[in-house]
Order: sequence, then C-alpha cells, then structure tokens
Amino acid sequence: MFDTGLWREIFQSINKNRTRSVLSGFTVAFAILLFTILFGLANGLNNTFSEAFVDDAANAVFIRSGRTTKAHKGLQAGRRIQFKNQDYDYIKTDFEPSIEFITSRIYRNVVASYKNEKSNYSVRAVHRDHQYLEKTKVTQGRYINQRDMDMRNKSIVIGDLVRQDLFLKEDPIGKYVNLSGIAYQVVGAYKDDGGDNEERIIYMPLSTAQQIYGNNDFVDQINLTYDPKMNYDQAIDFGVDLEKKLKKRFTVAKNDQRAIRVFNMAMQNKGINQMTSVLGILILIIGMGTLIAGIVGISNIMIFIVKERTKEIGIRKALGASPGAIVSIILIESVVVTTTAGYVGLLAGVGILEWASPSLKTYFITDPSVSRSLVIAATLTLIAAGALAGYIPAKKASNIKPIVALRDD
Amino acid sequence: MLKIQKLHKSYPIGDSSLHVLKGIDLFVEKGEMVAIMGSSGSGKSTLLNIIGMLDEADEGKYILDEVPIKNLTEKKAAVYRNKFLGFIFQSFNLINYKNALENVALPLYYQGLKRKKRQEIAKFHLQKVGLLDWATHLPSELSGGQKQRVAIARALASNPKLLLADEPTGALDTTTSYDIMAFLQQLNNEGKTILIVTHEKDIAAMCKRIVRLKDGVIMEDNFVKQVKATVDV
Repeated sequence: MFDTGLWREIFQSINKNRTRSVLSGFTVAFAILLFTILFGLANGLNNTFSEAFVDDAANAVFIRSGRTTKAHKGLQAGRRIQFKNQDYDYIKTDFEPSIEFITSRIYRNVVASYKNEKSNYSVRAVHRDHQYLEKTKVTQGRYINQRDMDMRNKSIVIGDLVRQDLFLKEDPIGKYVNLSGIAYQVVGAYKDDGGDNEERIIYMPLSTAQQIYGNNDFVDQINLTYDPKMNYDQAIDFGVDLEKKLKKRFTVAKNDQRAIRVFNMAMQNKGINQMTSVLGILILIIGMGTLIAGIVGISNIMIFIVKERTKEIGIRKALGASPGAIVSIILIESVVVTTTAGYVGLLAGVGILEWASPSLKTYFITDPSVSRSLVIAATLTLIAAGALAGYIPAKKASNIKPIVALRDD
Repeated sequence: MLKIQKLHKSYPIGDSSLHVLKGIDLFVEKGEMVAIMGSSGSGKSTLLNIIGMLDEADEGKYILDEVPIKNLTEKKAAVYRNKFLGFIFQSFNLINYKNALENVALPLYYQGLKRKKRQEIAKFHLQKVGLLDWATHLPSELSGGQKQRVAIARALASNPKLLLADEPTGALDTTTSYDIMAFLQQLNNEGKTILIVTHEKDIAAMCKRIVRLKDGVIMEDNFVKQVKATVDV
C-alpha cells in the first residue's frame, strides 16, 4: 500500500483531473472551515467566561453578612449580623475537611502618603491564606505571614499600582508609608490578574487592623476555597450546608436572603460548564452535519469518476490489475482528496480565527483557537471520512467487468 | 500450448438465452499464428474473451500451457492474465493520461516490479516497436499506427505466452495495417504464439492458419501459405 508506484498513480490521476479534484474537495474544505471557525468561536466564548473569574480561585466561597429581613424566634427584623473571629474559627474547625484555604476580611479606606506622593486606597486586612484565595502574585518581598498576625505588626503588602503611584521608581521594600496618620512598613508588593482595581489595594494583617480600627474582633467577610477534589455537586451541597448552619448559629430565618449570604463559585461554574458543554455538542452536531454533506459530495463525485474511468479500469484489469489494486487506487484517491481539502479548510479556518481574533474581543470572544488534539482528531476523522466516501465507488470499480469496459461503442 | 474442448457459452436474453458457442474444439501449438475469422455474431469475440479470461465458459475444457483454466477468482484471473496473456485491441485502449513509456510499463507495475526495472523493460520493448524516441509522448500525440505499436509493446512487456489481438488493424488504414501485420509476423517468427480475430481476408491471409467460425461452431480450420505483409503496397 505504501509503495511509491501507487502514489505516483494516484497523484497522476488527481493531477490529470485538477478541476474535478478541486471541486470535489471544496465541500469538505468548506465543512472543515465552518467547523473550525465555529469551534474556535465557542472556545473564545469559553475563554471569556474563564477569564471573568481568573481574579479569584475557581473554587471560592464568599460569606457576607447584612441585616435580617424577617423576624425569627422572637428576634426582630432589621437586626445586624456581625461576624467575629470566633465565627471564622467555627467555620475553620467544623468544616475542616472540606476547606482548602480560609481567610477573614476587613475593609477600610485610607489616605496613603510617601514623601510627596499621596492618594486614596482601599485596605484589606486579611489572614495569610488570602494570598491563595485571591491568586495574589507576590513580585517583591513577601506576603503577610503568621508572625505578622501574632505580633500585630504594622506590615503592609502593596499592589503594583500603589507602588507605582507612591514610590515611582524607588524600591518600596522596608520603606514606611503613612496610612491615614499611622506609619506602616512595606514588606511586599504584588500583581493580580484581576485587573487594575485589584492592584490598587493594600493588604495588612487582620489582627493589626482589628486592634487599630476599633479594638474589637469584628470581621466584615469570610472567604474560603473548598477542597478542589470535590465535584460541583458536592461543593454546592457543602455551600448549602454551610449557609444553613450559619443561619442557625445566628438565629436567622432559613429563608432570610439578606442576613447571611453565601456566594458559592461552584454554582456559577456548574452553570457555565453546562452551557459550554451544550454549546460544544451543538457545534459538534453542526460540524458533523457539514462534514457528512462533504463526504456525500465526495462519494458522489468518486462514483462519477469511476463511471468516467470505467474503460481505464477495464484496461487495467485486462493488464492484470487485481480487484484489490483497483480498490486501493480509488480509495486512496478519495482519502488524499478529502484529507488535503480538509487540511486546507482547517488552515483557512485557523487563519481566519487568527486574523479576526483582535476584533472579536468586543463580542466577548477571547483568543479563539483550536487545540492540537482537535487538529489531530480532525485529521483522523478526515482520513476515515475519505475512506468512507471512497468505499462504495471503489467497490463499484472493482466489480467492473473488463469485457464490458472494453467493448467498443 | 492452448487446448479447448467442447466449449459452450450462452448469454441470457430476457427469458430465453442465446447460445453463442456450441462446442468449440481448438488446439494451438506453440509458435502458431492463427486467424479466427467469422462474420459478426459468429462468436469469434466471445471465443477470444474466454481465451483471454475476460469471460468464463459455461461448459468445456480450457487448458493454457498445461494450466487448467476454470473457476477463477477475480484475483487469480488477474494474475493469469498478467502472466500468460498480452492483449491488443482494435481501439488500442491506451491510458490517455499516461505517456507511451508509462503505458508500456503498466503490466509490469501489476507484476510488482521495481520502478527502475519497469522503466528498463518498457524502454526495451518500445525500442523493439521502434518508438523509443516517442517514449514521453501522450497517446493523443501519436498516430494510429504508433498507438497500436505502443499497445503491442505493452502486450509484450510482461513476456506473455500468448498474444491475443482483437481486430488489431480494424481502426487503421491499409498501409498502417500491413505495417502492423508485418511486425506481428516478425514477432511470430521470433517464436511468439499469436491469435488474431479479424474479418478481413487479407489480414487473415497473413497468418499461418485460418479458423472460420459460423453460428458458434468451427466451419473450417486450415493451415495456409502465409502471405508476407509488405509495407510498401
């Protein structure tokens, strides 16, 4: 099957009928082009979704509190729910096997000044786990550590934009910044994929903030990530359970939507996951449909080719071509035409995606592309498709009787 | 060399069938040059097709070079055709997109020879028919006589035991016909066994033996004095 003579025969035949080969390949090329573009766009859409959540860990759970909206067990509506350190400890110990990282958060706004530079920033006072939850990338120095927490150090970690604003080109590590009248030492600087706003934040130890801004153990928010080994359904169950137990702990009505709010990323992800898989199936159906149309087109033209070459096939048989030899020329010609055309379609599709990629950003399509595994799968599919398209015509050709083919008429 | 005994062949036509060959007995020795004559419908082409293994007889024996030819699978028939037989057709039947050399080399390809070897043998035979200079020309660039010479070279390429020619001069003018016949006579003198189906008397007269068919039976079978084909008539 792999001798050069056979390939020479096939290329001679394709070359001889260039227009016909190009036309028959066109449907397949078009099918693959369409499939590639659709697939790329779906991928791009997918990328947009995942980029939207790139700021935080994909398995994050945010717990916030507010005022109750319903009276419950003799307690009035409008009561303010305030988390404290003990609630953090409660969650951390009671849900321990399900939790990967956990941190409390306190929000403050400060005016920060260093030498002649001065500006307003948000401060987040956090536990050290916060770094992993927020996917903070420390670029200089270090993040807040346990020692900072224990000693209530006035240490801060500043975002890249804060560093640029205040320090210009100066190295910030070890320098003292004035935050609304109190001097803090910069121990680190960071970058964050969440965008500019995330880099305009100053992090400090939770314990320090609690002492300085109120001398209490209040917490504004508790963030955690669930064990990534859990699947979406388990994670959702965990979130529901957590919310129920917290509501009980604070004597809040089960159906009170405001008092305690647990936002679980798993819910979002599950929804997106379902949507993208439906989209993927849809595209696969469309792609397969067009491909089948292409195969039928090739098959049709191969049948015509066999008809047209009846005499030639008869001559070949009279000269000693076995049925197998005839089948292989037709089959391989079909495979070659299909695969080549499909590849042209694939390359054209990838080219169009590359070219259109920048202007598609406005339509929520980020970096549309097809993966290597898809390309390999497509190639195999094309070879199979070509064989499928060529099979019936090849069988027909091998059944041609030389006397019928050679009859002079 | 060739033994045919009580050969019968009929073709179904609607409900009835047409009995084309009604018991043919034919023996051909090695080195003979036999003309099979007959009007159209006499069964001469059917006989040639059966000898050429393009068709199978309903009844009777057919032995070619000690090998009984029966119950052939398509694959086996292909091998035998390739090994034993060389075909020459009225309409040449060259493959139009292959040049003269490639056409001659085609049977060798089906023998599984290497490309270099194929080219070498094909060149030898092209030279034999005097067309080596035309090796790279397509059939459309050749005259009728040249095409038939290429076809003869192709028939000779696999060095067959038997050459089968079906009206080899049917599409050629008299001068070219005689030219081709002269060449076939030369091949016969070199020892090739040749079977020619024709309805032209002058062509038949250039063979060494004439078999006349009528209505599916052999009417006459005579050895004749061979007329030399001279090119300059």
